[in-house]
Amino acid sequence: MWAFIHKLGSPKWFYSISAKLQPWFWGAATLLLVTGTLWGLAFAPADYQQGNSFRIIYVHVPAAFLAQSIFVSMAIAGLVFMVWKIKVADMAASVMAPLGAAMTFVALFSGAVWGVPTWGTWWMWDARLTSMLILLFLYLGVIALRGAFSSRDSGSRAASVLAMVGVINIPIIKYSVDWWYTLHQPATFSITGRAAMPMEMWAPLLIMVLGFYSFFIALILMRTRSEILRREANKRWVRELVGEAR
Amino acid sequence: MHSSNATIDAPVMSMHDPKGGLVVALNATLKRDLTLMLRRRGEVLNPLVFFALVITLFPIGISPDPELLAAIAPGLLWVAALLAALLSLDSLFRSDYEDGSLEQLLLAPQPLAALGLAKVAVHWLLTGLPLALMAPVLGIMLSLPAGSYAVLALSLAVGTASLSLIGAIGAALTVGLARGGVLLSLLVLPLYIPILIFGAGAVQAAIMGDGVMAHLAILGALLAVALMLAPWAIAASLRISING
Amino acid sequence: MSLCLQARQLACERDDRWLFEGLDLDIHSGEIVRIEGPNGSGKTTLLKILSGQLSDYHGELYWGGAPMHEVREHFLANLLYLGHAPGVKAGLTPLENLAWYQALSGEQGSESAREEALAHVGLSGFEDVPAGQLSAGQQRRIALARLTLTQRALWVLDEPFTAIDRHGVGALEAQLVAHANAGGCVLVTTHHELTASPVLRRVQLG
Repeated sequence: MWAFIHKLGSPKWFYSISAKLQPWFWGAATLLLVTGTLWGLAFAPADYQQGNSFRIIYVHVPAAFLAQSIFVSMAIAGLVFMVWKIKVADMAASVMAPLGAAMTFVALFSGAVWGVPTWGTWWMWDARLTSMLILLFLYLGVIALRGAFSSRDSGSRAASVLAMVGVINIPIIKYSVDWWYTLHQPATFSITGRAAMPMEMWAPLLIMVLGFYSFFIALILMRTRSEILRREANKRWVRELVGEAR
Repeated sequence: MHSSNATIDAPVMSMHDPKGGLVVALNATLKRDLTLMLRRRGEVLNPLVFFALVITLFPIGISPDPELLAAIAPGLLWVAALLAALLSLDSLFRSDYEDGSLEQLLLAPQPLAALGLAKVAVHWLLTGLPLALMAPVLGIMLSLPAGSYAVLALSLAVGTASLSLIGAIGAALTVGLARGGVLLSLLVLPLYIPILIFGAGAVQAAIMGDGVMAHLAILGALLAVALMLAPWAIAASLRISING
Repeated sequence: MSLCLQARQLACERDDRWLFEGLDLDIHSGEIVRIEGPNGSGKTTLLKILSGQLSDYHGELYWGGAPMHEVREHFLANLLYLGHAPGVKAGLTPLENLAWYQALSGEQGSESAREEALAHVGLSGFEDVPAGQLSAGQQRRIALARLTLTQRALWVLDEPFTAIDRHGVGALEAQLVAHANAGGCVLVTTHHELTASPVLRRVQLG
């Protein structure tokens, strides 16, 4: 087990294994996203209440899921880095933060766009949107803290601690924002809060969610690989690799 | 005088076993930080003056209408107190970092989490508690409805303890950075939101005549969680910051 | 447990640059070890690693033959570290500063012992003056008073002679030698040439 963890932690090993994994995730992502988009936009029935505008759910919900999952993965990567000193985990965490922030932004933006036909305004202090906004601030904090240190090692550790503190707080924030929302606006209906969606509607949603995840695993593998090359630029195996490529 | 003189021929110096003495160390740290703060009264007063000033800005910026002010008073008082508590956090570890006491604190044969907790306790005692005691006075100025004053002070007293604990994590993470102040707010404010919700909620509930206990109980629970987890995060963060 | 600090294959990498690699060190009772090297060669970092402040290094540390992480508390209870900054609070008097340091190691100590330690470093008469009003050299002396006040076997001193006048330098040097002769050991970096130290050992970095 120990040996396996350390093998996994070797940047060189990760670099070669991720090269093999990457095409599979790219393939899965393309397939799922194309299927999900076509099904969701062209074939799924329109909502009886919201009409066609509900179709933005096929972007909003996967983005929101992913934004939260990336934060959790980032905290786990931080924990692995702090406990076992595995540098690849930190490299992955460092590329996850901007992607997670981007996804949070996509979720917020799609929510705002959705708000126009639903509420007649770009922004409502809806529980989900508010939680997403706070999540965006948490991401920005992690990114800013990492960048603020002149020593990269210290920045990595600090960002790891903050990500872990943040991940403990996310459920508390979510719960308290929900409480706050029901207290203040019990009447307004939440854009995605309803259950009982017919199969023709949620099946493409599920496909889109899986597609988003595959896309992001592929993207994170790719970005981590370039981060490995950047940080290990003066290691012998990287020099040999670059030499071969020339 | 120097004990080594007595044992000058001994080949090996006697070694100490760790003696514990955590209580002695904690008392001394509490006393030291209190003494230091009380010798710089201005720094203790600044957050309180800030609190009063921010509260003054709202009637000027919005409207002096007592009804309107009464409606938003719980939130205003809580937000202003939260910002005032935040303002004073940057200096929590900074002077210790600059004069080298922080590395000595890290090398003490005592658990760093406990020593950090002592420093946070002093911060709460000289910031959070005075803010809580002062809030009712500012509540009068905002026409806060009667019957909610005790809840306001109590919720602030409990809530600011959590704020000090969570904020200390941010202060510990940014203490090594030359301009950590703004970054500190960016890190800490999102984490303050649950406490703000239940703190302001408690005052709101008191005004509406709803059950206050649920809010206060959750504030207490949040404080318990913060007390359990924050000291470890503070200790880990201080160890990172000392690396530079 | 015998007084002995060992490092095996110690290496420290800072942002892709190796400060030092494959360093083996054995520091025993009765030794004064001086870490030498040009600026930026990692002297301070090495002292911080050896005093257990930094954790991001490669290699192993042993204290009395046992791995450091198992005996860390025992190690800290026998260590006295003085860094670049003296660790003296400007708002407190020398006596209050020393009292806190004594309490940190879990002992109440006595006021008379603290006064004696201050007298030993030439600060009689300044006991109750806030340290912020004293000169840099005097503040450094407050920190050095801890050498007399708290009995610790292992001294790790980073540039202890900074800001100390010539008379003080001689006294401090004699104190280091006396400590080593008494069976303690001293790990030191300094630009000052240690003349009166017959037991000096040098470790070259960089």
